[in-house]
Order: sequence, then structure tokens, then C-alpha cells
Amino acid sequence: MAAIGNPMIRMPGSAKKGEVIEVRSLIMHPMDTGLAKDKAGKIIPAHYIQRVIVTFNDQPLLDIDWSTAVSTNPYLAFKMRAEESGTLKMVWKDNENGTWSTGTKLSVS
Amino acid sequence: MKNMKRREFLGTSLTATTLAAVAGTGLLRSGMAFAGNVAGWPSKAFEDKKLAAAMTDSIGKTEIPVSSKVRLSAPSIAENGAAVPVTIEIDSPMNADDYVKTVWLFVDHNPTPLASQFNFTPGCGQAFIQQRIKMAKTDNVRVVARTSKGELMASAPRKVKVTIGGCGG
Repeated sequence: MAAIGNPMIRMPGSAKKGEVIEVRSLIMHPMDTGLAKDKAGKIIPAHYIQRVIVTFNDQPLLDIDWSTAVSTNPYLAFKMRAEESGTLKMVWKDNENGTWSTGTKLSVS
Repeated sequence: MKNMKRREFLGTSLTATTLAAVAGTGLLRSGMAFAGNVAGWPSKAFEDKKLAAAMTDSIGKTEIPVSSKVRLSAPSIAENGAAVPVTIEIDSPMNADDYVKTVWLFVDHNPTPLASQFNFTPGCGQAFIQQRIKMAKTDNVRVVARTSKGELMASAPRKVKVTIGGCGG
């Protein structure tokens, strides 16, 4: 079975108040479309991340709904305005009740 | 108004009946389609097979004015359709009074054209997304944005030439 999980976030550890910073993330996931076949000619069932939830200090920041059209091992970059120090948290959920999460601290001066 | 509601109701119940009928034939195996969908995931728009239907079920219309505020970047030639990098940037003040609330990303002729839906908040500072998508063949990619004021605007469609399709099979 292909590797799955191991979510990662890359972003600056500190920022000036009001600065817009870029957050980059990566997670291992097959993102199977349900259209491809395995070597035996059997359809590989759809298995893919459907939602990504991003919060900062538990406040909603960004919510994403994904389809099977998102590539294997999804990379995602987005921006946030640094207003206060705290923790950015990301949660990924797939269509087979798989859930992964990770967080990163940001210090704002 | 009364009529509208009746139409909506008929539409919904028709869909439910159709699904029940399809499920009854055994075409839908458990674990294949709806079983594990994340709560609130907009399944109808994501399962539509045609662009017009996917746009109608997500945005509510298909004719959206193109605005230079909505920028979509993608390579003009992608050798591998399994991972086509796209960048979305939308000009917006991104404050509590005026921000980009929802963005949809479509690939016109993918088996299911709606690729992603992004729900922003003012805290994002900028409506910006970068990710990689699958494209079945040479096709147009397009983005539609809705602001918190309800204004709809679209990117110009961006054509990507795909050498090897990326949807498996």
C-alpha cells in the first residue's frame, strides 16, 4: 500500500503584525480517482481527501473541498495575515474516514 | 416563489429517487461512492459530469463575466496530466466588509469538471492558492470567484496542452 499521511507545514516561524505570509503544506495520499485499474484489471476504488480545514488559534481561516482531480500527495499553498502569535492547525479528511492533522507555531511582533 | 420551492422539492426528490434506483441495480458498491463522504462536502457539484451542470450546482449559473482581478496561472504545456501546477490569485481588499468568500476551480472536460472549492476568510490576507491537479487531456482550466458582497467574476479560461492524461485508466 502506498504511503499515506505524514502531513507537513512549512511557513515562517515569525512575522511582523499585518504581514501576509505564505503557508505551504504537503500530505501523502494516493488520491485514487476510482477510474484507474490495478495490474489485474480491477478498478481501484476512489480514495481521496475531500476536505482541508485550516484554523488559526482555533478560528476558521480557510476551508477547502477537494475532488479526485487533486494530484497524488497533495501540495497546497495559501496565505494568511499575521495578526497575533499562535498556532496554525490543518486537518485533512478523506472519504474513508481518514483524518490527519498537524500544527505550527507563529510568533508575531 | 411558491412555484420555485415546489420545483426545488421536485428536483431534490427526483435526484434521490434516481440514486435509489441506481443503488438498487448494484452499480454503486459500498465504499465506492457516497458511503464515506465528509459531512457537508458538496457531492452533487463534484459528481456532475458536465461543466455546465457542475457550474450550475456550485455557483448557480454558467455565464460569469471575466475580470482581470481573477488570475489563474498554469503551464501552457504539461507533459504529465497527473500533476499540473495551478496558481490562483484574486485582487481583493480581504477585509471584513469586502473579501473573496468562495472560489471554484474547473477543468472543462475532466470526468468530473469541478476540481476544488475554496472558502476564504478575511484572515487569509490574500485570496491565493497553489496546488497540483489532474487533467485528462488538453483542456481549459478556469476559476470563478464570489465576493462577500455576492459579486461573481471569472478568470479567462487558461488552455493547458496535456501530453499524457492524468486520470488513470
